[in-house]
Amino acid sequence: MGSFLLVTIQVDLYDRLALNLETDLIRMVSETDARGVLIDISAVGLVDSFMGRILNNIATMSRIMDAETVVVGMQPAVAITLVELGLTLAGVHTALNVERGMELLHKRLGSDVREGGRFYGNSE
Amino acid sequence: MSGKGGGFMVTLSKDIIEITREQDVVTLRNRVKELAVKIGMSLLGQTKLITAASELVRNMLRYAGGGKVTLEVVLRDKVTGVQLTFADEGPGIADIRLAMQDGYSTGKSLGLGLPGTKRLVNEFSIQSEVGKGTTITVIRWKNGL
Repeated sequence: MGSFLLVTIQVDLYDRLALNLETDLIRMVSETDARGVLIDISAVGLVDSFMGRILNNIATMSRIMDAETVVVGMQPAVAITLVELGLTLAGVHTALNVERGMELLHKRLGSDVREGGRFYGNSE
Repeated sequence: MSGKGGGFMVTLSKDIIEITREQDVVTLRNRVKELAVKIGMSLLGQTKLITAASELVRNMLRYAGGGKVTLEVVLRDKVTGVQLTFADEGPGIADIRLAMQDGYSTGKSLGLGLPGTKRLVNEFSIQSEVGKGTTITVIRWKNGL
């Protein structure tokens, strides 16, 4: 996966678990020098305001650590519910699935990588 | 029974869950899902109801330290639905009208978010008294939009 971190959420997260994910993930970004974070939520049946805030936090913190976050695989019912609830996930990139998420990250990091010359992983 | 909405409402099943810690949020979500599936609610309907329940139970834990949730399968005008009643003995809400306004304490904070929650259910009622507590009742009908 090169310099991308892939996180798959398989269970319904309760608060402490979600907060642990936040800190673990940010630590991993720092330890692995990741430039991109993919969060696969295709197995998640519910995103409430708390989970939404966690996803926003991860994206914001990753950006500060110089990494981009893409949330992938959101179920249609979850997306509709989020909008009605009033959550926009404004700071988070989304993609339909992992492949599309990878494409998005490559596209977003492509020019950046060449300019900065800081692409450590195996590129495509 | 009550006569709201033209017909009488009958309770077909009733269950109470005590909420004292954050893990209870997951228990409640699972119980709500079971009931929604049992009455044949669509996946979208289930998702909206469970999300609303999740928001309300978080508020209860955050502002009142817990409370009781009553889960009922109800029948009115030949339509079944899931009714959830969240009762706490917390500080209460001083200005319900303000709390029900869009944009009041929503977004990034763990705020009340009541207007958003209201949009996820078909019926929503709130009673609150400062110093006594808050009771919120929601219903999602099997075929509700």
